[in-house]
Formats: sequence, C-alpha cells, structure tokens
Amino acid sequence: MPKDYGIGASTKRREDVRFLSGRGNYTDDLTLHGQTFAVFVRSNVAHGRIKAINTATAAKMPGVLAIFTGEDFKDVGGNPAGWLINSRDGTPMREPKRPVLAHGKVRHVGDAYAAVIAETYNQAKDAAQQLADDSDIEELPAIIDMKKAVADASNRVHDEIPDNLCFDWGWIEDNRAAVDEAFKTAPHVTTLELVNNRLVPNAMEPRSSIGEYFPGTGDYKLTTTSQNPHLTRLLVSAFVLGIPENKLTVVAPDVGGGFGSKIYHYGEEALVLAASRKLGRPVRWTAERSESFLTDAHGRDHVTKIEMASTKDGEILAIRTETLANVGAYLSNFSTATPTFLHGTLMAGPYKVPHVYVNVKTVFTNTAPVDAYRGAGRPEATFSIERVVDKMCRELGLDPFEVRRKNLLTPDQFPYTTPVGLVYDTGNYQATLDKLIELADVAGFDKRAAASKAKGKLRGMGLSTWIEACGIAPSNLVGVLGSRVGLYDAATVRVNATGNISVMVGAHSHGQGHETVFAQIVAEQLGIPEASVEIVHGDTSKIPFGMGSYGSRSLAVCGTAMTKAVDKIIAKGKKIAAHMLEASEDDIVFNDGKFSVTGTDKAKTFGEIAFSAYVPHNYPLETLEPGLEETAFYDPANFTYPAGAYLCEVEVDPETGKVDIAAFTCADDFGHVMNPMIVEGQVHGGVGQGIGQALLENTTYDENGQLLTASYMDYAMPRADDVPFYTVDHSCVTPCTHNPLGVKGCGEAGAIGTPPAVVNAVIDALHRGGMTHVAHIDMPVSPARVWAAING
Amino acid sequence: MTNVTMTVNGKTVSAEIEGRTLLSAFLREGLGLTGTHVGCDTSQCGACVVHVDGKAVKSCTMFAADAAGASVKTIEGMTNPDGSLSVVQQAFQDHHGLQCGFCTPGMVMSSAALLAENPKPTEAEIRHYLEGNICRCTGYHNIVKAVLAASGQDAAAMAAE
Repeated sequence: MPKDYGIGASTKRREDVRFLSGRGNYTDDLTLHGQTFAVFVRSNVAHGRIKAINTATAAKMPGVLAIFTGEDFKDVGGNPAGWLINSRDGTPMREPKRPVLAHGKVRHVGDAYAAVIAETYNQAKDAAQQLADDSDIEELPAIIDMKKAVADASNRVHDEIPDNLCFDWGWIEDNRAAVDEAFKTAPHVTTLELVNNRLVPNAMEPRSSIGEYFPGTGDYKLTTTSQNPHLTRLLVSAFVLGIPENKLTVVAPDVGGGFGSKIYHYGEEALVLAASRKLGRPVRWTAERSESFLTDAHGRDHVTKIEMASTKDGEILAIRTETLANVGAYLSNFSTATPTFLHGTLMAGPYKVPHVYVNVKTVFTNTAPVDAYRGAGRPEATFSIERVVDKMCRELGLDPFEVRRKNLLTPDQFPYTTPVGLVYDTGNYQATLDKLIELADVAGFDKRAAASKAKGKLRGMGLSTWIEACGIAPSNLVGVLGSRVGLYDAATVRVNATGNISVMVGAHSHGQGHETVFAQIVAEQLGIPEASVEIVHGDTSKIPFGMGSYGSRSLAVCGTAMTKAVDKIIAKGKKIAAHMLEASEDDIVFNDGKFSVTGTDKAKTFGEIAFSAYVPHNYPLETLEPGLEETAFYDPANFTYPAGAYLCEVEVDPETGKVDIAAFTCADDFGHVMNPMIVEGQVHGGVGQGIGQALLENTTYDENGQLLTASYMDYAMPRADDVPFYTVDHSCVTPCTHNPLGVKGCGEAGAIGTPPAVVNAVIDALHRGGMTHVAHIDMPVSPARVWAAING
Repeated sequence: MTNVTMTVNGKTVSAEIEGRTLLSAFLREGLGLTGTHVGCDTSQCGACVVHVDGKAVKSCTMFAADAAGASVKTIEGMTNPDGSLSVVQQAFQDHHGLQCGFCTPGMVMSSAALLAENPKPTEAEIRHYLEGNICRCTGYHNIVKAVLAASGQDAAAMAAE
C-alpha cells in the first residue's frame, strides 16, 4: 500500500489549484499603480560599432517618459561571471565587462543598446522603433564559428581580447602526461568528433521584470522571473548598480519554468530598477518570445574530439577530450563553470577509468551568451562518453551492455575517487542496468525489430549509463575551483503560536512543486498534518539568504537545511516539554507529534509545546528564550551522485530518414524519493527535453550572426506528438551518504541520460539495417541528416 | 477607438478599446483575467487558448474587436460554480499534468475543446490535437494521461504503467 502522507507519498500538488484555475501570480500578471513600460532597442547586427544614437525625435513621441542608452550606465558596474577559471598556464580568464546596455559596440543580434520608457507599452514600442531608425551602427564582420574565431586574431568580439579565447583549461593538467602515455600503449583507440548542439532553454514564461523605487524610504523592489532571488539581489547590489543590499527586495513570484535560463541576472533587471528611480514610478518589461530567443542564455554548444583507449575486449583504459565551448558575446554568471567544473569533472562517467584528461577552450563569439541549461555540462560530458563507448563497441564487435557492465564501478568500490577530482559516495550501477534490461524487455527486442521490418522500418536500441554530480556544492571546494559565491542553502522553520508552521526556504520553485514536497517532509518530521505546513519562497524580505534552485540542489541542500532547522525545533521543544512535564530533558522523546517522558504516559502534543513557547506562563524563562523559530544553514559535504541507465528504441524510416521514438525506458537511482509522482514528472520532462535535443532542436546562426531559429516556427520544440509514453523507474535506491534525507536530486537526469541513448539507437538501427558505414550523426538527428548519412 | 461588447465567462462586458487590441491583451489588461497567458506572440505555443463561441482560439492572434458579440470562456470560467475544479482541471491535478503552470491554462482549454468534439479520444488523437500547445516541463506524458483520465478511460493502463 503506497504511503498517503509525508515522506514517500505521492501527495497531489497544492500549487495546482491556483495554476489550474487561472489564479497563478506570475510577474507579468501584476498590475501596479502608476506603472510605466520599458521596451529595449536591440541590435539587428551581430557585431557593430555604435556611432550615434539620436534620441531627439523618439523623446518627443507621445507618452515617452525617458530614454536610456549605454552612456547612462558606463560608470556603473558590469554583470560579473560567477567563477574565475584559470588557463592551463595559470593565467586568469579574460573577463570583459558586461554592461547594463551595450556601450561602444554591440556584440550579438539582440544586444540591447537603449531602452525607452513610456506610459503605455505601444507608445514605448513605437518610440523604440523610431530610436532604432535614428541609430547609426557600423556593422563589423561577425565572429560566429568557434574555430574561425580562435584562428583569426584580426577580428575580435572584445577589442582587448586578441584571440577571442576566454581561457584554455586543462583538467587535470598534472595528469596529462600519464594520460598521453596510456594512449601510446593502448591496444585500441576510438576517436569521435561530435557537436553538442546549441539549445535555447525556452521556459514557457518569457522573462519579465518590474522595478519599483519608493522615494519615501529609498527602498527598491525588483519583481522578476528568477530561480534565485538572493543571488540576483547580490549581483544587482554588489556588482551592478551599487544599491545597498538592505534597500533592495527581490521577489520571484510564480515563475513559469527556468531550466537554468532564469538563474542569471540580466541587464533588463538593472534597467527597470534604474528607470524606476529616475521616474519615481514602477517600470515593467516582459520579453516577447523573439527577445527570449535572442537574449536568454543559451545552452550546450560544444565541439568536441573525444578519444577512448581500451583493450580489445572493451576495458576502458583512458579518456582524452578536446572541446571548444561557446560562451557567446559576454560571460553569463555560470558560463565559465558550466563547460569546466560541471563538465570536465564528470568525464569518467560511471566507469572505472584510470586516466582522464580534459581540455576546454572557451570562445567568445557574436552570439547570445551561453550558460547552464538543464544538466549544464553534464549532458555534454555524458553524450561524449556514451557515444564513444558505443562506437568502441562497434569497432571491436562487442556487446554494449556487456562492455558497460565490465567497466561500471561496483558497489564495493565506493567511496570512489575519480581521476577528475570527484568522490562518488555511493551507487549500484549494475542494479539500474539490470532493472533497465528487465523493464525495457531487451530480450524481446528481436521480435519487435522483426515487426518493424515488416512495416519497412529499421528498429534500433540505444543504451546510456550515466552519472551526474548534483546538490552543488561544498563551498570550500568550489572556492578553490574559482567560484565567487558559496553554495550552501538556508531554511527557517517558524512554529506559530497556534501550532501550524511557516517554513521560509532559500530554494525557489518554478515548477518543481516545493510547496507540496517540502511540506510533506516537515509534516512527517514533526508529526503534524501536511496542511499545517506552509512553504514560503522567492521573496528576499521573507526568506533567509539562500542560493536558489538549479543543479538539482533544492532537496539535497535546502532540504537538508530545513531538516536541520526542524531538528533544532525538536531539540528546543524537548526543553520546553521537560519543564512542563517536570522531567529531565534526556528523558523526553519526540514521536508522532508528541513529546513524552520515556517509559510513562506523560506527554505534551506539539501544539501544546508551540502554545507554551508563545504564551510562556509555564516555561523555563530563566534558561530558555520564548518563541519557537529556528534557522539553519547547510553547506554540503560533497556533491550527490544520481545515476541511472536509459534505453531508447527507435524506428527509422530508411526512405525518409525520419526517426520515431518507439519506446523509452529509464531506471534511475535518486536515493530516497520524497514524492514519487513529482520525481517521475521530473524525469518525464528531462527525457522530453533530451529527445528534443537529440531529434529536433537546433539553434542556428548564419555566417552574419543572424539567428535563423528565433521563433517557434523555426525552432523545433518537442510537441505532444513527437514523444511516446515513457517507462520510468526509481526503485533502485542507494541513499546519499552525507545528507539526512538520503536524497540525490532528479531534475536533470532525463536531460543528461537521454540524448546519447537516442543517438545510439539511431546508429544501431542503421547498422542493423546494413548501413555500417554510418559511425555518427550529429544532433539533432533530423530526417535530412539521417537520410544523408544513409545515402552518403 | 472602438466599442466592443462580449460575454466573458457568462458576464457581459463592454469597453472602449484601440482597434489593434488583441483578445489576449483585452482579457489580461482590460479585464484582469491574467489566467490566459502569452508565451510566444506567434500563435505557436498555445498558452493563450480560450474558447470563443465554444471553439478553441489562440487569443494572441485574434483582435478583441473580432470577438464582439461572442461568448468567450477563459480558464477562470472553467471551474465549477462552487469554485471546485472541473473534471478536466481535476484530472490534470490528479495525474500531475502540470509543473510550472504557465502553459496549463491553454492546455486545459485545448483539452476541454478536444473532449467536447471527441469524448473518447485515443492517445494518438490527443497527441495530435495538442500539437499546438507547447509544454517545456512535463514531456507531455502526464498531460496525455490527464486527458485520457478526463475522458473516463484507464489512463494508467494506456500509458503502460
């Protein structure tokens, strides 16, 4: 019988009632007295020198209240990168200023160089068009292709950076010689060059921000689409506008998806704040979808050469990679960490590999900034490894299931220190692989393949066994690696006088269902109904300083902080109970919502203790403060390591090259699962995005830097009829060893494990159909590419 | 400026609007019915779907003036008279057919329109009908299940779970 309450129950989401009845509270849903509208003037060339912006005509247009250009922000700070990465030679990365509005040069199509504030949206839009017409921007040659950007020193995205390189990173540089030596003596080397296609995150809610300035107090408020309101506040305060942190409130209300793209601070947020100060009125902005395509931080965009050294029977001896990673025109906040410490450190995968070396060169181009997108570095690592393992199997005539089984770490090998610097605490990769083989009915594949063949289709199956590092991250470790922030989280548990609970958390929910799941956890820990627990998030004036939600960290990090705060509540409750029950504190036990004297029937309910804490008539006031509210900060001891095995079955139409996903099966180990319904939903969503990357999505700039895929008419989002029902399982559980809930995180798994499974399946289908000349097809594996590969 | 009168969720409304006012803007800004969302401006994503005289319409691509005299139903009008969730809405909650909630109003309106036309759709028919509603969170699995369940079919069995 499944649990119907607390930890492990599939409690229905309390959020859903408001979302389903049109009563959500997204940023653009707010209406404010005296509000004004901002529209940005954006570059229509990829690279250009701003010669003149003539504001005179636009300024006189109806309703126009103010115009801002880069000149207005040249003396304030820039939007910084969150991680300082050093090159192999020890030199620090190049970090060009990222201004609120472009100044001097525009560096990608969509780069905002001016903004108009007007009484109505249409007035602002009309004046912005006028201002665009009155701007003189000299177009410069665009730098789009990464290889050309590095090779041609004459053309620079940033005038002060001669080779368009941000850094040239080696991981781990000291191991390079040993890795090279392993390749020299290896019986077999498999080489694969591949592209990890550039993606646009495409949260369905476009970015939106409202700035308010309150002249009476000098306070500011930013309501914005953010995954981490405190991080945004810190960046705006300390780096960009210099507003004292205690005078700025950042609120991220209901947020319609993020997938990474709403982690970062964007210039529009600073602009609406600065404009509201100037006008003394609220200033609002909401992106049109084309602005989202042009300016949201994109994801992936790696060009990689991976080599795998092995024995003839498939034992992996060494992995070596060289990657060009696009960072776009400016450094977004996590952009330097994503291709390095979220990518290179995962390059051993779930395998026992003695030698690994990763080289990443990050390249500036005249394209939108590139940063973390669901999975962030780990999908890129997983795709490279799982594709090259599969290629090795084909080259050596080996079974991909058996080769993986041969190389997977075994449960007795944990904790395991990888050659790329991580310590995997626990896992059972054989168990998820076995579960996958059973659930996906691998034994029945031949029968299904025969049925496909009878329809004129080629059937293939593709496997991936993957691992990721979540719960980012131990602050001292990331500090050594270059992070400029700590990555703890925080929670406050406030027991109210009537016994119900408000929990203020640093994590932010933008689809994950924290309001439901976090309440389940606290309810079980305190033995009270779930409905008695309210989760408060997203408002810096209400919550403790937390780092927000990304990297599948909410439960592992913030959930641990919350649990520690609950522990403090219980500890204090025991002191109160001991006083009330005239017993020793050591004799008080807390169980099922009751504090009782061990071995007796003397007890006080949780509600009685809460009441006593706030009406302390019978209370140890000499030794204990009244009230019942506790805060805990938690800095994780290690990353968490979710892992799993995925199998994709495809049908390929050899006449057209069209690929259909016939079946998709996931066997995951997320540690303990708090709400199975929500975990399964997270996996479904990640798999959907993974299928999107593998089959459909591509972000295409032409040679002039025009984004050809800037709407849903051009960018192929996965739709309901592109995907099947998925089979997902999370019954294999090795609890995380270093957090009290034993949780690992599940939000990114699907996006990480899926793309290689899909591509491996397509290659398998072609090989089974006799087209053994096809070694690889880059994503998206579109009908045109498959057809070309078949006929090439 | 032009005067329009229409029925929205059973109430007659009348307003002076610019001719270029879109139905989505009229609902959101004119009437404060912010449950209808705008996700793409190009009639692709479907977050803005409402019913106009019973038919599913992308309200970001219809002028409010063109809805003059029509009966418009939005997500706010979908709940039962006592405020409880209707069958389709309840199925979305029961089957976790939503995550961030942004595409959800359009998904519910499209799903309700489908079920009005085709009370027992197959999985394939549901997927085909919802092709004009993009969701980035769910991978569609639980949305399709919710629609199957709302139609009284055994969603779990059909999803091979």
